[in-house]
Amino acid sequence: MSTTASTEPVQPSGARDASAFLEVRDLHVRFPTDDGLVRAVNGLSFSLQPGETLGIVGESGSGKSVTSLAIMGLHKGSRAQVEGEIWLDGDELVSMRVEEMRRLRGNKVSMIFQDPLSAMHPFYKIGDQLVEAYLVHNDVSKAVAKKRAVDMLDRVGIPSPASRYHDYPHQFSGGMRQRAMIAMALMCDPRLLIADEPTTALDVTVQAQILDLMNDLQKEFNSAIIIITHDLGVVAQMAQKLVVMYGGRVVEAGDVRDIFYRPEHPYAWGLLGSIPRITGGGDRLKSIKGSPPSLINLPTGCPFHPRCDFRDKVPGDACVTDVPELLQIGGTPHAARCHIPSPERQRLFTEQIKPAL
Amino acid sequence: MTLGATEASPPDGGLPSEHIAETAEAKQIEGRSLGQIAWARLKKDKVALISATLILLIIAIAVLAPLIVKISGFPPDQPNFKDSNGNDLLDTQLGGIPAGGLFGSGMSSEHWLGVEPQNGRDVFARLVYGARASLLVALGGTVVAVVLGTVVGMVAGYFRGWVDALLSRVMDILLSFPTLLFILALTPVIADRAQSTFGIPDNNTLRMGVLIFVLGFFGWAYLARIVRGQTLSIREREFIDAARSLGAGPGYVIFRQILPNLIPTLLVYATLIIPTYITAEAALSFLGVGVKEPTASWGRMISDASNWYEGNPLYLFFPGAMLFITVLAFNLLGDSVRDALDPRAGRS
Amino acid sequence: MFNYIVRRLLQMVLILFAISAITFFLFWATPANPALLICGKDCNTERIAEVNASYGFDDPLIVQYGRYMSGLVNPGGRELGSEGSQEHCSWPCLDRSLQNGLQVTDSIADAIGPTFWLATGAAVLWLVSGVLLGLLAALRKGKWLDKLSVGLALFGVSFPTLVLGYLLVFVFIVKGGLLPYPDQANSSPSAGLVPFFQFYILPWVTLALVNAALYTRLTRANMIDTMNEDFIRTARAKGLGERQVVFKHGLRAALTPIVTIFGLDLGALLGGAVITERIFSIQGLGKLSIDSVLGNDLPVVMGVVLVAAFFVVFANIVVDVLYAFIDPRVRLS
Repeated sequence: MSTTASTEPVQPSGARDASAFLEVRDLHVRFPTDDGLVRAVNGLSFSLQPGETLGIVGESGSGKSVTSLAIMGLHKGSRAQVEGEIWLDGDELVSMRVEEMRRLRGNKVSMIFQDPLSAMHPFYKIGDQLVEAYLVHNDVSKAVAKKRAVDMLDRVGIPSPASRYHDYPHQFSGGMRQRAMIAMALMCDPRLLIADEPTTALDVTVQAQILDLMNDLQKEFNSAIIIITHDLGVVAQMAQKLVVMYGGRVVEAGDVRDIFYRPEHPYAWGLLGSIPRITGGGDRLKSIKGSPPSLINLPTGCPFHPRCDFRDKVPGDACVTDVPELLQIGGTPHAARCHIPSPERQRLFTEQIKPAL
Repeated sequence: MTLGATEASPPDGGLPSEHIAETAEAKQIEGRSLGQIAWARLKKDKVALISATLILLIIAIAVLAPLIVKISGFPPDQPNFKDSNGNDLLDTQLGGIPAGGLFGSGMSSEHWLGVEPQNGRDVFARLVYGARASLLVALGGTVVAVVLGTVVGMVAGYFRGWVDALLSRVMDILLSFPTLLFILALTPVIADRAQSTFGIPDNNTLRMGVLIFVLGFFGWAYLARIVRGQTLSIREREFIDAARSLGAGPGYVIFRQILPNLIPTLLVYATLIIPTYITAEAALSFLGVGVKEPTASWGRMISDASNWYEGNPLYLFFPGAMLFITVLAFNLLGDSVRDALDPRAGRS
Repeated sequence: MFNYIVRRLLQMVLILFAISAITFFLFWATPANPALLICGKDCNTERIAEVNASYGFDDPLIVQYGRYMSGLVNPGGRELGSEGSQEHCSWPCLDRSLQNGLQVTDSIADAIGPTFWLATGAAVLWLVSGVLLGLLAALRKGKWLDKLSVGLALFGVSFPTLVLGYLLVFVFIVKGGLLPYPDQANSSPSAGLVPFFQFYILPWVTLALVNAALYTRLTRANMIDTMNEDFIRTARAKGLGERQVVFKHGLRAALTPIVTIFGLDLGALLGGAVITERIFSIQGLGKLSIDSVLGNDLPVVMGVVLVAAFFVVFANIVVDVLYAFIDPRVRLS
């Protein structure tokens, strides 16, 4: 997303982006199963600067969570096959040994999981779970770690943290648990924080509080954040950059404003069309027809073609036979993966899509 | 165009992946029912095929026992003292143990697996007939337990309230019974009862009936608990509401809507208890409260053999091996069925 | 917690009461004439009538049940009627044997010892071997050690206790001569530890094999499931080493259900291991119960069933309380 020529594919053909704190290059993740090889991520590339927030959106099964686990190195030792490169602050993570990776986890890079109830150990006190996260990477006494844990619980807005320290996860409410989860992820001041659907399990008011909290903490710690979600509202509130994933690939990428105001990929149009709006009148919500692609039998050509309403705009069988490249649009970081030429896409959006939104 | 504000997006995301026409690609992979997937997995599973073949073979032996024994030439309860040449089969000097034959068990071209000491009954024929007692009791007991457990569990889970409370207490009490002891104590009692009250003679048909009943009666409570739990959750699902709003009665909902969803559970449970019932039948007959003389049962044969095995362990070996092979085959098939029906197996 | 335990104990009394009633009415309703057993060889109708009257077999069942229960409810026990004399039966009174006239409580007290040693020894054996093997298998999932333990477990589950017992006797006592023939005098540790172990080692193995196999499978399955849990992923994401992930986070969650099942299995066994006791001629509850069943000795059957039910129900309570201590979700809700 940082090359310049307007028709250059945004593929990792060239040199690495030296200024990026995180750069994912041509990442592939596959899982062998009884039914065949599940291709969860297929040649994914993106990069991220320090202090920046990147949103990754897509339907279930688009490869979002698999990508985040790959960055954490949590596929190591499992049956998953991971290929490509993940550069974090000068280190390549895919080829890194487990033991080295372990030292980064929870330390330089940490993760907030989707469902804090199942993501925290049911038998250990919240505070002890936080202390454990600190002691792995810091050679300090238990008392110091405990003080740090209470501080962090306080920082994420848990009332009377010294006494809640001794509670078990099931004694917390959903929002409190998510706060504790965030506190746990922040115990070692991570430079990169990955939040996998951090607010999906929460109700709307708590959602807003948690997002505010993450924004504040980011300002304080200057961490880079990847926020994985299928909720465009969350992205609008949090991220500066956005990657739209479909079938394990990036189909559109760029600044959040570009994609929200000038989306170019038919799938992104569909996503935007499916957001409920207060101003939207009485029309039914639009949905994208069809279901997400099977990751075992990915459709040939553009993986979105079976669901695309605009295939007739592409001459011949290109949509079925050729995978479109991720091309930049007019020299901006905005890029899309579609056979329809960019000017035609812009015309379609303004004439047909935008009025219906 | 306004940006989607947080307040406006539904809590579990704005993406519409549910209401949808299936694409051809998706259909190939995902459009199979659990049953089809399970069947496909079972067919690929060599262990399942071997154990199923073994089980079919044992069932065939049980069903065709009279025919097989006709070929081998000696009925299972017929005492034999002379072979066809008029020689003594048993050595009366040595307390009636077989005279000669391979390993001193009376094995010969006539008595393939030898004869029993003292009465000279043909071991092969008794082994073949033993399969009948074993399978009849085990399968019968399983049917009783599964039917009772399913019906009671579904009724408790569907009607809830006091029906559930009552049935759950009954399950609690049954599960607190020392089962084997109780079966042991009850089997002769019931057989006596049936004989004195209904005039049914205390023969082996009655004994096996009692065994089936008793095993089933003490085996249903555990299954009923599982079924109750599943029924409680299934009845909250939307298709049940839909059926009820269209006027479907409890009977229709329970048997046509809930029951089909329980079939994987029932299948797994049934394959789990068949081998334990085979063992239980053998144990009860071994202890003298199961199948009675002169009918053959592997448990009885082991019990009889306990008097002679120090001299000749073959008497223990044959029924023991049959029992082991049968139980192992059912266990192997049960494992395969469970794995095949488990949606997580082989995927993680 | 205290209230909970009291409530469970009351529940236990109720369940035992229900079991006693069911057992009594089922067994006493049999046509087997108890008086016949008592009056022995030279029996005639007058003698039977006499026995029936003095033992109270003529009374309606409900009266007989009340009398039976009075010995269990009344702290002073009760008087047992017999011809010409009364016999005091102190609490908890379970009546007396029809076959030998001994008080059932005494016979059971004698039999509990051997059954206790048999059951607890076997339980330790199967728990340790099952959990260790299952754990190793889970941690080496898919490797040869896993395949071996899965195979062994399947073999063990399918090996009939009756065959195993005789097989062991044949190999180790009859042919091998490695162990002496069982002598009832060695059935308690007071006989000296070596004879004690020699007496019990084969019965322990016999009784433990099936459960060891079951526990291997259970531990393996639980551990594999647990290692797929979200909180294990979190533990790894924290940067914990694999050893801490497995032993601190995985094992505790995986073993919790096993505590429950172990308690229930042990409780059930304390009521008597009928087959093993019979094979090795151990004079325990199982032997007592099968002898009384075959001899139609209803008071003894009734007594053994009640004692066994007590162990099962009591084990249930112990397990529930223990579970609450292990799992804070249960304790604090």
